[in-house]
Order: sequence, then structure tokens, then C-alpha cells
Amino acid sequence: MDWVTWAYKPFCMPSLPEPLQNLVESFERLPGIGPKTAARLAFFLFNAPEPVARNLVESLQSVKQDLGFCSACFNITLATNPLCEICSDESRNSTSLCIVEEPLDVLALERTNAYHGLYHVLHGVLSPIDGIGPDDLKIQPLLERMRIGKIKEVILATNPSMEGDATALFLQQQLLTFGIKITRLARGLPVGSDLEYADQNTLSRALSGRQEMTG
Amino acid sequence: MPGAPRTFLVNAIILKHMDYGEADRIVTIFSVERGKLRAIARGVRKIRSRKAGHLEPFMHARLFLSQGREWPIITQAQTTDSFDGLRNDLVKIGHASYVVELLERFSSEDGDNPALFHLLLETLNRLEDSEDLFQPTQYFELHMLDLQGFKPELIKCVRCSGVIQPADQFFSAELGGILCPKCGPLVSLSQSVSLEALKYLRHYQRSTYTEAKRAIINDKTRDEMGRLSRYYITFLLERRLNSPDFIKMVDHLRSLPTDQ
Repeated sequence: MDWVTWAYKPFCMPSLPEPLQNLVESFERLPGIGPKTAARLAFFLFNAPEPVARNLVESLQSVKQDLGFCSACFNITLATNPLCEICSDESRNSTSLCIVEEPLDVLALERTNAYHGLYHVLHGVLSPIDGIGPDDLKIQPLLERMRIGKIKEVILATNPSMEGDATALFLQQQLLTFGIKITRLARGLPVGSDLEYADQNTLSRALSGRQEMTG
Repeated sequence: MPGAPRTFLVNAIILKHMDYGEADRIVTIFSVERGKLRAIARGVRKIRSRKAGHLEPFMHARLFLSQGREWPIITQAQTTDSFDGLRNDLVKIGHASYVVELLERFSSEDGDNPALFHLLLETLNRLEDSEDLFQPTQYFELHMLDLQGFKPELIKCVRCSGVIQPADQFFSAELGGILCPKCGPLVSLSQSVSLEALKYLRHYQRSTYTEAKRAIINDKTRDEMGRLSRYYITFLLERRLNSPDFIKMVDHLRSLPTDQ
């Protein structure tokens, strides 16, 4: 024990055994996890049966070793496959491309079972304040993909936020030169919501995008 | 905090937000009543959130907050002006981001500044309505510096206190103002300033916006004015701003021919 540690020892919190302390510190680095939650998780694992901890270790290793990004759409895929399941599925409509911010957005759209085209994951959005520009996103590979000439429609499915809108506007400008159909996901009221609580922006877009009831 | 109200209502502009936890966001706002503050908006990333549409950057909204343990919690929100016109134009998004970034960097979370709030609100309105974005941005830069105590001295030489003559001069960010042709070369890192740019900087600094925008300034002088304020601001902040690169990128895109 050096003299600094010795001098401050009475004022320090009682410390945990080193392996447990390391685990707590590792958890603390995860987003949304503070010191208390980190300690709770670490103690849970310490007390849990061994297979629980072993499964966790194996899953963590596998995530880092066995996964990579699809070379076409940049969605997450097995490292052994250059193309993800969606890109290698020949039954999908290869003339339609849906552009999303994150891999989780692909999952959300796939759950709808309403879209059967291909995807392109940008891995972020343009954010002028945070200094995130086009070079930080997968925009260049998207343009290269467009140059092949198979895509006939691009659906801009970035989030309906200021950053998502800025990214959509930027992509629209970039894609205009390809002379293809460019669409943006509609904006309106979520199913089961209350008109009373809708903000002006959403409500005015829902009005302008209203659809005729037929039949 | 005994005596402090548990809940409060603010008239605020949303500066930026950051995702937090499962579906929450930490929102940085600038309010009339309490100046800059950070608050947590719970569940706003969920599609059914009633608050999400009121808490986007640049929005002017009335927010009801309750004092939380770490941050105030936004419990209700109602948009006053959503500045839709800013959101549909990349160049305007860039300039509004610049204005908001400047205000965010120059203000601290220690009290109200209603004059600065009104300057921000007016600037966002001007950016939304105007085609010429240089005028509102330049006016905001100079008046924000003034309100935050960094007003550059443009009348007297900051070294010898001599009255500035109608001739090309120098500017020192370190000394915070203009230098006469005699003192300029003696101060390291001083930048030369043309008489034209100095004249318009002074005009913007002491005029109302209506008077300031009447001045017809050529592109070369505009560039010089922008460069000089950017140089002074970067010196004060001791770091580069992010949004000028975005504005430059968008300007470059617009200058490209449309058919490649």
C-alpha cells in the first residue's frame, strides 16, 4: 500500500474484492447503468448458478467474435457471411431500398411484414451540433450501391426528428441525380392515440397526408 | 431544497437532446425563467409519447417540470412555435444549429438571462423567415457576445486607447478588440481587418436588427466579418465549433452542378 492510499484509507468507501470490483466497473461503463445498478448486477452474477455466468461469458465472446457487418447493407450479420440474410434472399424485391438509422430499425420494419425490399443501415444520423457529418455515416457505400443502377425506389426511413429530417433532406439531394423514386415514411398519429394530446406538427402532417376512405 | 417549489413552469427553447436509458432523453433547454438547464424527459422515444413532438431542437414550448433527484423531470409540454420552416431546409438547419450551439457553449446553468432568450427566439424567427441567413446569424453573434460579457471593443484601440481612424486596422482576440495600425503589428496573432468589415461590424453591434439588415454588404466583406467573429469566438471557447463545418458542407453541395 503506497502512502497516498494509506493516508486516504479512512475516508474511502470500503472496497470490494478485486474480481468483484472489476465486474462492477465493467458494468458501470454500459449506457444507462450507474454505480448502484452495476453493483446489483455484479452481486446477482456472483450469487447466480454457474451456467448463468458461463452463458453470459459465451454470449459476450460470441457477439465480439462471430458478428460483423453485411458488406452491402451494413446490417449486423454473422462474420462468416459477407451478406446478411436479407441481402442474400433472392425472393426479396431488389429494386426497392429502405434507408434506416440503426440495425434495430431493420428489425422493427421486418416485424411489420409489410416491406419486402432491401435495406441500407446508415449507423447514425447527421447532427450539426454534435459534429456528425456525412463522412461519419455509411453514405458513400450507399451512393456506390446506387450507381450499380438496380434500385428504382428509395424509402427514407430515418426517424422523424430534427436530425433524421436533416439526414433525409441531405440524402434526397444526393439521390436526385439518380432519377429514381424517393419517398419518406408518412408522419401521423400512432394507432390508439388521442388527438387531444397530438402536437401541432404531427397533427398538421396527419391532416395533409389524410387518405380517402373508399369502398 | 427546503422552500424551493417542487414543480415549475418555463417558457423555453429546446437546444438539443441526448438519448438516455431505455426510452428517455436528456433535453437541454434555454428558458426565460431559469436560463439554461438540463431536464429529463421520460419515455419520449416511445411512439406513443405525448411529449416527444414538443421536445425537438429549435422548438419554442411551454414546459411543466417537477424537481427530480438529479435533473428536473419534464412532465408536460406544449409547443408555442415549432419553427417548421427551419426544419425543412438543410441550410437553415445548419444556421439554426450554429446559433443554438453558440448559445449552448456560451451559457452556463446558473441563472436566467431573459434578454439572451429573446435574442435567441428572435434569431430563430428571423432565420425561418429570411432568405439571407448571414444577417440574423451575424447579428446574433455580436449581440450574444455583448450579453455574455465578451463584447469586442470596436471603437478604440485596445492597446493605446487611441480613437480608431478610418483606415484598415488589426484585431486581437486575446485583447478582445481592435488595434490601430501602429499597435497591430506589435501584438502577436493579431489579424488584419479592412475598414469596410470594421464599419459593418460596428454597425451590427450598435444598431437594432431592422437598421442592421438595411446595410448592403458585398460577399467579400461578409466573408471577412464571419471569419473575424468565428476567430474571436473560437479563441474565447478554446475549441472549434461543430456546426460551421456542416454549413460549409451544405454550401459546397449547393454549389455543385445538379446533373453529375
